[in-house]
Amino acid sequence: MVNPEIQGRVYPPTAPYLVGREKVREFARAVLSESPLHLDPNAARAAGYADIIAPPTFAVVVQEATLAQLLADPDAGVDFTRVVHGEQRFSYSRPIVAGDELTATLTISAVRQLGGHSMVTSSSAIVDAVGEHVVTAVSTLVVRGEE
Amino acid sequence: MSTAPVFEQLAVGDVVAERDLLLTRDRLVRYAGASGDFNPIHYRDDFAQSVGLPGVLAHGMLTMGAAGSVATDWLGAAGWVQDYQSRFTRPVAVDPEAGATVTVTATVGAVDAEARTARIDLRVVFEGATVLGKAQLVAAFA
Repeated sequence: MVNPEIQGRVYPPTAPYLVGREKVREFARAVLSESPLHLDPNAARAAGYADIIAPPTFAVVVQEATLAQLLADPDAGVDFTRVVHGEQRFSYSRPIVAGDELTATLTISAVRQLGGHSMVTSSSAIVDAVGEHVVTAVSTLVVRGEE
Repeated sequence: MSTAPVFEQLAVGDVVAERDLLLTRDRLVRYAGASGDFNPIHYRDDFAQSVGLPGVLAHGMLTMGAAGSVATDWLGAAGWVQDYQSRFTRPVAVDPEAGATVTVTATVGAVDAEARTARIDLRVVFEGATVLGKAQLVAAFA
Protein backbone atom coordinates (compact mmCIF):
# COMPACT_ATOMS: atom_id res chain seq x y z
CA MET A 1 0.00 0.00 0.00
CA VAL A 2 1.16 3.50 -0.78
CA ASN A 3 1.99 5.59 2.27
CA PRO A 4 -0.81 8.19 2.60
CA GLU A 5 1.65 10.46 4.45
CA ILE A 6 3.38 11.37 1.18
CA GLN A 7 0.38 13.50 0.16
CA GLY A 8 1.64 17.08 -0.07
CA ARG A 9 5.29 16.05 -0.32
CA VAL A 10 7.44 18.19 -2.62
CA TYR A 11 10.60 16.65 -4.11
CA PRO A 12 13.77 18.56 -5.04
CA PRO A 13 13.92 19.98 -8.62
CA THR A 14 15.34 17.57 -11.21
CA ALA A 15 18.62 18.21 -13.02
CA PRO A 16 18.07 20.48 -16.06
CA TYR A 17 16.91 18.64 -19.21
CA LEU A 18 18.16 20.14 -22.48
CA VAL A 19 15.56 19.65 -25.22
CA GLY A 20 17.44 18.50 -28.32
CA ARG A 21 16.14 19.03 -31.86
CA GLU A 22 16.80 15.43 -32.88
CA LYS A 23 15.11 14.12 -29.74
CA VAL A 24 11.99 16.15 -30.57
CA ARG A 25 12.06 14.80 -34.15
CA GLU A 26 12.50 11.23 -32.87
CA PHE A 27 9.57 11.67 -30.46
CA ALA A 28 7.36 13.30 -33.11
CA ARG A 29 7.96 10.40 -35.49
CA ALA A 30 7.30 7.91 -32.68
CA VAL A 31 3.84 9.42 -32.07
CA LEU A 32 3.19 9.35 -35.84
CA SER A 33 3.08 13.13 -36.24
CA GLU A 34 3.53 14.61 -39.69
CA SER A 35 3.38 18.27 -38.66
CA PRO A 36 6.39 20.24 -39.99
CA LEU A 37 6.35 22.28 -36.75
CA HIS A 38 7.91 19.24 -35.02
CA LEU A 39 10.35 18.40 -37.81
CA ASP A 40 11.38 21.42 -39.87
CA PRO A 41 13.08 24.41 -38.16
CA ASN A 42 12.15 26.68 -41.08
CA ALA A 43 8.47 25.84 -40.76
CA ALA A 44 8.66 26.40 -37.00
CA ARG A 45 10.43 29.76 -37.46
CA ALA A 46 7.79 30.81 -39.99
CA ALA A 47 5.22 30.12 -37.26
CA GLY A 48 7.11 32.37 -34.83
CA TYR A 49 9.16 29.84 -32.84
CA ALA A 50 12.92 29.87 -32.34
CA ASP A 51 13.18 26.20 -33.38
CA ILE A 52 10.95 23.15 -33.79
CA ILE A 53 8.32 22.67 -31.10
CA ALA A 54 7.61 19.42 -29.27
CA PRO A 55 4.36 17.43 -29.55
CA PRO A 56 2.11 18.00 -26.51
CA THR A 57 2.91 14.65 -24.87
CA PHE A 58 6.70 15.20 -25.10
CA ALA A 59 6.65 16.61 -21.55
CA VAL A 60 6.35 13.02 -20.36
CA VAL A 61 10.09 12.65 -21.09
CA VAL A 62 10.84 15.38 -18.54
CA GLN A 63 8.14 14.20 -16.14
CA GLU A 64 9.75 10.75 -16.14
CA ALA A 65 12.64 11.97 -13.99
CA THR A 66 10.21 13.15 -11.33
CA LEU A 67 8.27 9.87 -11.27
CA ALA A 68 11.63 8.12 -10.82
CA GLN A 69 12.06 10.19 -7.65
CA LEU A 70 8.73 8.92 -6.36
CA LEU A 71 9.50 5.30 -7.21
CA ALA A 72 12.92 5.57 -5.56
CA ASP A 73 11.51 7.04 -2.32
CA PRO A 74 11.56 4.12 0.15
CA ASP A 75 9.08 6.00 2.34
CA ALA A 76 6.45 6.18 -0.42
CA GLY A 77 5.97 2.43 -0.81
CA VAL A 78 5.17 2.53 -4.53
CA ASP A 79 5.85 -0.91 -6.04
CA PHE A 80 6.88 -0.22 -9.64
CA THR A 81 5.78 -3.68 -10.84
CA ARG A 82 2.20 -3.01 -9.70
CA VAL A 83 1.81 0.45 -11.24
CA VAL A 84 -0.75 1.12 -13.99
CA HIS A 85 -1.08 4.52 -15.66
CA GLY A 86 -4.61 5.77 -14.93
CA GLU A 87 -4.75 9.35 -16.17
CA GLN A 88 -2.47 11.96 -17.69
CA ARG A 89 -2.79 15.67 -18.29
CA PHE A 90 -0.51 18.39 -19.65
CA SER A 91 -1.32 22.08 -19.09
CA TYR A 92 0.93 24.44 -21.03
CA SER A 93 1.83 28.12 -20.74
CA ARG A 94 3.67 27.82 -24.06
CA PRO A 95 4.92 24.99 -26.29
CA ILE A 96 8.26 23.32 -25.53
CA VAL A 97 10.85 24.50 -28.08
CA ALA A 98 14.09 22.72 -29.03
CA GLY A 99 16.87 24.40 -27.04
CA ASP A 100 14.78 24.79 -23.89
CA GLU A 101 16.46 23.81 -20.64
CA LEU A 102 13.72 22.40 -18.43
CA THR A 103 13.58 21.64 -14.72
CA ALA A 104 10.75 19.74 -13.07
CA THR A 105 9.50 19.83 -9.50
CA LEU A 106 7.26 17.03 -8.28
CA THR A 107 4.44 17.49 -5.78
CA ILE A 108 2.28 14.60 -4.59
CA SER A 109 -1.19 16.11 -4.79
CA ALA A 110 -3.26 13.18 -3.59
CA VAL A 111 -3.08 9.63 -2.31
CA ARG A 112 -6.38 7.75 -2.20
CA GLN A 113 -7.23 4.16 -1.39
CA LEU A 114 -9.90 2.61 -3.58
CA GLY A 115 -11.02 -1.00 -3.32
CA GLY A 116 -7.64 -2.35 -2.30
CA HIS A 117 -5.77 -0.19 -4.79
CA SER A 118 -3.92 3.05 -4.19
CA MET A 119 -4.28 6.03 -6.52
CA VAL A 120 -1.42 8.52 -6.48
CA THR A 121 -1.84 11.86 -8.23
CA SER A 122 1.44 13.62 -8.91
CA SER A 123 1.97 17.06 -10.37
CA SER A 124 5.26 17.92 -12.07
CA ALA A 125 5.72 21.66 -12.63
CA ILE A 126 8.18 22.22 -15.46
CA VAL A 127 9.95 25.57 -15.85
CA ASP A 128 12.52 26.92 -18.32
CA ALA A 129 16.06 28.20 -17.68
CA VAL A 130 14.79 31.57 -16.39
CA GLY A 131 12.23 29.92 -14.13
CA GLU A 132 9.15 30.70 -16.25
CA HIS A 133 6.41 28.07 -16.24
CA VAL A 134 6.20 25.97 -19.41
CA VAL A 135 3.98 23.01 -18.55
CA THR A 136 2.55 21.09 -15.64
CA ALA A 137 2.26 17.34 -16.13
CA VAL A 138 -0.26 15.61 -13.88
CA SER A 139 -0.30 11.82 -13.64
CA THR A 140 -2.59 9.51 -11.77
CA LEU A 141 -0.94 6.18 -11.10
CA VAL A 142 -2.94 3.21 -9.92
CA VAL A 143 -0.93 0.91 -7.67
CA ARG A 144 -2.66 -2.45 -7.62
CA GLY A 145 -3.07 -4.01 -4.19
CA GLU A 146 -1.76 -7.45 -3.27
CA GLU A 147 -4.18 -10.20 -4.25
CA MET B 1 -2.76 17.99 -46.71
CA SER B 2 -6.01 19.63 -45.63
CA THR B 3 -6.47 23.38 -45.53
CA ALA B 4 -5.55 25.28 -42.38
CA PRO B 5 -8.36 25.51 -39.82
CA VAL B 6 -10.08 28.86 -39.33
CA PHE B 7 -11.24 29.50 -35.76
CA GLU B 8 -14.38 31.43 -36.76
CA GLN B 9 -15.57 28.51 -38.88
CA LEU B 10 -15.40 25.88 -36.12
CA ALA B 11 -18.70 24.59 -34.79
CA VAL B 12 -19.36 22.13 -31.97
CA GLY B 13 -19.86 18.68 -33.44
CA ASP B 14 -17.65 19.21 -36.51
CA VAL B 15 -15.43 16.23 -37.24
CA VAL B 16 -12.12 17.88 -38.10
CA ALA B 17 -9.93 14.82 -38.61
CA GLU B 18 -10.18 11.06 -38.74
CA ARG B 19 -7.37 8.58 -39.20
CA ASP B 20 -6.58 4.90 -38.78
CA LEU B 21 -3.29 4.37 -36.97
CA LEU B 22 -1.43 1.09 -37.23
CA LEU B 23 0.49 0.38 -34.02
CA THR B 24 3.00 -2.39 -34.70
CA ARG B 25 5.58 -3.99 -32.40
CA ASP B 26 8.36 -2.01 -34.06
CA ARG B 27 6.43 1.21 -33.48
CA LEU B 28 6.20 0.28 -29.80
CA VAL B 29 9.96 -0.20 -29.68
CA ARG B 30 10.48 3.17 -31.37
CA TYR B 31 8.18 4.81 -28.83
CA ALA B 32 10.01 3.10 -25.96
CA GLY B 33 13.29 4.58 -27.19
CA ALA B 34 11.86 8.02 -27.90
CA SER B 35 10.07 8.32 -24.56
CA GLY B 36 12.39 6.39 -22.27
CA ASP B 37 9.59 4.06 -21.13
CA PHE B 38 11.26 0.66 -21.23
CA ASN B 39 8.66 -1.32 -19.30
CA PRO B 40 9.03 -4.82 -20.83
CA ILE B 41 5.24 -5.32 -21.02
CA HIS B 42 5.54 -3.20 -24.16
CA TYR B 43 7.97 -5.49 -26.01
CA ARG B 44 8.14 -8.94 -24.34
CA ASP B 45 5.20 -11.35 -24.46
CA ASP B 46 6.73 -13.67 -21.86
CA PHE B 47 7.08 -10.80 -19.38
CA ALA B 48 3.59 -9.43 -20.13
CA GLN B 49 2.10 -12.88 -19.57
CA SER B 50 4.02 -13.33 -16.33
CA VAL B 51 2.15 -10.33 -14.90
CA GLY B 52 -1.23 -11.57 -16.05
CA LEU B 53 -1.59 -9.73 -19.38
CA PRO B 54 -2.59 -11.41 -22.65
CA GLY B 55 0.62 -10.23 -24.32
CA VAL B 56 2.46 -7.07 -25.35
CA LEU B 57 0.39 -3.89 -24.91
CA ALA B 58 0.85 -0.49 -26.52
CA HIS B 59 2.04 2.23 -24.14
CA GLY B 60 -0.99 4.28 -23.07
CA MET B 61 1.15 7.33 -23.75
CA LEU B 62 1.79 6.13 -27.32
CA THR B 63 -1.95 5.87 -27.95
CA MET B 64 -2.49 9.28 -26.33
CA GLY B 65 0.43 10.81 -28.24
CA ALA B 66 -0.60 9.37 -31.61
CA ALA B 67 -4.22 10.46 -31.09
CA GLY B 68 -2.92 13.94 -30.25
CA SER B 69 -0.96 13.94 -33.51
CA VAL B 70 -4.19 13.50 -35.46
CA ALA B 71 -5.40 16.75 -33.87
CA THR B 72 -2.11 18.66 -34.09
CA ASP B 73 -1.51 17.65 -37.72
CA TRP B 74 -4.93 19.18 -38.44
CA LEU B 75 -4.19 22.27 -36.30
CA GLY B 76 -0.84 22.99 -37.95
CA ALA B 77 0.38 26.53 -37.32
CA ALA B 78 -3.14 27.92 -36.80
CA GLY B 79 -2.80 27.46 -33.04
CA TRP B 80 -1.01 25.65 -30.24
CA VAL B 81 -1.97 23.10 -27.61
CA GLN B 82 -2.72 24.60 -24.19
CA ASP B 83 -4.03 21.47 -22.56
CA TYR B 84 -4.25 17.77 -23.34
CA GLN B 85 -5.66 15.12 -21.04
CA SER B 86 -6.75 11.51 -21.17
CA ARG B 87 -7.70 8.53 -19.07
CA PHE B 88 -6.42 5.09 -19.96
CA THR B 89 -9.52 2.95 -19.86
CA ARG B 90 -8.72 -0.14 -21.97
CA PRO B 91 -5.44 -1.76 -23.00
CA VAL B 92 -4.46 -2.11 -26.67
CA ALA B 93 -2.99 -5.59 -27.28
CA VAL B 94 -0.58 -5.51 -30.22
CA ASP B 95 -0.39 -8.65 -32.36
CA PRO B 96 3.25 -9.51 -33.29
CA GLU B 97 2.38 -9.78 -37.00
CA ALA B 98 -0.75 -7.76 -37.66
CA GLY B 99 -0.18 -5.03 -35.07
CA ALA B 100 -3.23 -3.13 -33.79
CA THR B 101 -5.25 -0.63 -35.79
CA VAL B 102 -6.85 2.13 -33.77
CA THR B 103 -9.27 4.62 -35.30
CA VAL B 104 -9.02 8.22 -34.12
CA THR B 105 -11.84 10.71 -34.65
CA ALA B 106 -11.30 14.34 -33.68
CA THR B 107 -14.46 16.37 -33.07
CA VAL B 108 -14.96 19.96 -31.93
CA GLY B 109 -16.30 19.59 -28.37
CA ALA B 110 -16.49 23.23 -27.31
CA VAL B 111 -15.57 26.67 -28.62
CA ASP B 112 -14.72 29.71 -26.47
CA ALA B 113 -14.96 32.76 -28.74
CA GLU B 114 -13.56 35.15 -26.11
CA ALA B 115 -10.50 33.06 -25.23
CA ARG B 116 -10.17 31.94 -28.88
CA THR B 117 -9.81 28.32 -27.82
CA ALA B 118 -11.41 25.16 -29.16
CA ARG B 119 -11.69 21.88 -27.29
CA ILE B 120 -11.07 18.92 -29.56
CA ASP B 121 -12.50 15.64 -28.32
CA LEU B 122 -10.63 12.54 -29.42
CA ARG B 123 -12.45 9.26 -29.77
CA VAL B 124 -10.02 6.37 -30.05
CA VAL B 125 -11.49 2.98 -30.92
CA PHE B 126 -9.79 -0.43 -30.98
CA GLU B 127 -11.72 -3.60 -31.79
CA GLY B 128 -15.04 -1.77 -31.44
CA ALA B 129 -14.42 -0.21 -28.01
CA THR B 130 -12.95 3.11 -26.90
CA VAL B 131 -9.53 2.82 -25.26
CA LEU B 132 -9.07 6.40 -24.01
CA GLY B 133 -11.54 8.21 -21.76
CA LYS B 134 -12.13 11.96 -21.76
CA ALA B 135 -9.35 12.50 -24.29
CA GLN B 136 -9.58 16.25 -24.76
CA LEU B 137 -7.15 18.69 -26.29
CA VAL B 138 -7.54 22.45 -25.99
CA ALA B 139 -6.12 24.43 -28.89
CA ALA B 140 -5.48 28.16 -28.58
CA PHE B 141 -5.81 30.07 -31.84
CA ALA B 142 -3.92 33.23 -32.77
